[in-house]
Amino acid sequence: MTTPSNLPDDKDLANEPPDVSATVKAHKKIERNVTLLAVGTFIAVAIGGVVEIAPLFWVDNTIEEVEGMRPYTPLEQAGRDIYVREGCYTCHSQMIRPFRDEVERYGHYSLAAESMYDHPFQWGSKRTGPDLARVGGRYSDEWHVQHLQNPQSVVPQSVMPQYGFLLETDLPIDDPAAALVALRRVGVPYSDRDIELALNDIVAQADPDVDPGDLAERYPKTQIRDFDGNPDRLTEMDALVAYLQMLGTLVDFSSAAAQEELAEETGR
Amino acid sequence: MVNKRIDEATGTETVGHEWDGIEELDTPMPRWWLWTFYATIAWSLVYVVLYPAWPMVEKATDGVLGWSSRGQLAEEMSVADLAQAGVRERLSRIPIERLPDDSALMAQAVAGGAAAFKVNCVQCHGSGAAGSQTLGYPNLNDDAWLWGGDLRAIEYTLVHGIRQAGHDATRTSLMPPFAGVFTPQQMDALVDHVLSLSGKAESGPVGAQIYADNCALCHGPQGGGNRELGAPRLNDAIWLRGGSREAIARQVIDPKLGMMPGWGERLDPVTIKMLAAYVHSLGGGEDFLEVAENPAIQVDETP
Repeated sequence: MTTPSNLPDDKDLANEPPDVSATVKAHKKIERNVTLLAVGTFIAVAIGGVVEIAPLFWVDNTIEEVEGMRPYTPLEQAGRDIYVREGCYTCHSQMIRPFRDEVERYGHYSLAAESMYDHPFQWGSKRTGPDLARVGGRYSDEWHVQHLQNPQSVVPQSVMPQYGFLLETDLPIDDPAAALVALRRVGVPYSDRDIELALNDIVAQADPDVDPGDLAERYPKTQIRDFDGNPDRLTEMDALVAYLQMLGTLVDFSSAAAQEELAEETGR
Repeated sequence: MVNKRIDEATGTETVGHEWDGIEELDTPMPRWWLWTFYATIAWSLVYVVLYPAWPMVEKATDGVLGWSSRGQLAEEMSVADLAQAGVRERLSRIPIERLPDDSALMAQAVAGGAAAFKVNCVQCHGSGAAGSQTLGYPNLNDDAWLWGGDLRAIEYTLVHGIRQAGHDATRTSLMPPFAGVFTPQQMDALVDHVLSLSGKAESGPVGAQIYADNCALCHGPQGGGNRELGAPRLNDAIWLRGGSREAIARQVIDPKLGMMPGWGERLDPVTIKMLAAYVHSLGGGEDFLEVAENPAIQVDETP
C-alpha cells in the first residue's frame, strides 16, 4: 500500500461494474484537486442559497405594501441608536407573532414592512421583558421617564436595570446628518432636504420653542414635544422616549378590510 | 485492494479498504434509523403538497390546504370571539347607563374588564388599581374622581384619554405654574389654607385671600374641586400627589399634570365598556345622577 488514500487504484476497479468504476474515478479526481473541490463546494452551497434566499428578493409578499411607513426622524433614529447601544434588544423583541395570545396582549401582529427602515432590525425570539413593537402611545412620556429611571417604581416585579443616567446625559448632536447619510447609503429614502435639516429637526422635535418648520410634513405622524420633562435640555432620554413613543404608531391597522386581506393571503 | 471479507469476530463485512493493517467494518445503519429517515423524506413530499413551500415568481406555492399562519390566527380569533359572542353582543347593545340594571351582564363585564385591566392598565395604576402618590397615578379604589366617576364618565376618559396630544375630544386642562409668584411667607399661608380645607391646619386671612384670588376659580371656594376641569377636590383626605406641606407647595410652584393615553383606537368599544364597569366596581363608582333621580329619563338605546 503506497498511495496515501483509501481510494482504490485503477487496477482495483477491474472487477467492478463500469458505472461504479466511472463514479469512483470522477470522485477521485475531485477529491485530489483542491480547486475543483472548492468549485464543487461553492456550487452545492449556492443551490441552497438560491432556493432559500434569492426568492425573497423577487417574491412580492416578502414585504407587504402598507401605508404610513416613513424613515425615522433624526431624533427617533438617535433614540434607536441608544436603544441598540444599551442592548435593549437582549430582553425586548419588536416582533408580534401571529398568535392569539400575542395579538391579544400586544396588538396587531407585526408586518415585515414595519421594519423596512430598520438597520439593524430589532426582531427577536427572546423576551425577558415584553415586546415593544407597538409600545408607542400606550403610556405617557412621564411614565417612560419614571420607568427608565426606576422600573420597579411602576412595575414592582420587573428585573429591568435602571437607566436614569439617560436623563443626565446630553444627546450628542454634532452631526446628526451623518447617521441619515449612512442610512441612505443602505437604502433608507431620506431626501436631501431631510439631511440638510437634520440638525434643526433633531432639536425642534423635543423643544416646542424651536420652529419645527415642515418636520411634520416630511415625517408624517411625528410627535413634537418635550419628552423627558425637562424642556431646557436635549437629553438621551428625550431621544429614547421619542423613539419608544413612535413604535408601532405609523401603520393604521384599524381598517377591517386590511386585516381581512392579510388573513386571506395564501402562500406564506 | 478492494478486498471485502467477512470479519470473523463480528461476522460483519468490511468495506474492503486496508491501511497498515487497519480495516473498517461496513456495519449497516440501524433499521429503525433508516426507516425513520425514509419516512421523513416521504413526509416532506406530503408537506410540500399540503402547505406553502416552493417560492415561485409572485409568492410561494399555496399548498392544497390553503393554510397560512395569518389565516389560522384569524380563525382562532373568530372562534374565541364566537365563544364570547353572546356577552359581547349584549354589551354592545346595552347603553352603559342601563348596564347596572342587568346584574348578571354587569358581573360578566366586570370580569372581562378585570382581565383587560391587567393587560393594559396596571403599568400605571398598579395591579390593585391603587395608583401611586409619589408618581402621580390616581387611585381608582377610592371615592375621589378627577373627571367624574359614573360609568359614562369613566368610559369617556378611557376612550379619549387625558391630555392626549393631538386628540380633540380628550379631557384637558392646565394648571398654571406659580413659581416666583408668592413669597415664602405667602406660600406658607397658602399651604395652611389648603390644608385647612380638610381640617388639617389653621387658616389665616393671607392664605385665604391668596386662595380666593388664585385657586378658588377652579378648585372651588371651599376646595370642592371641579370635574369639568379635572381640578381635584382639596377638602378631602385624598391627595393625588401627596398631602405633605412640601408636596402641596411643589404642586403649586410647578404643577405636574397627569396624562393618560386614549384607548379608543387601541381597544374595541366592548372591551372599553368592560373596563369602565371594572373600574366602576372597584369601590368608588358613582350612580348616574340624572338617571337615578328620574327613572323615566330617556337613554340612547342604540348601540
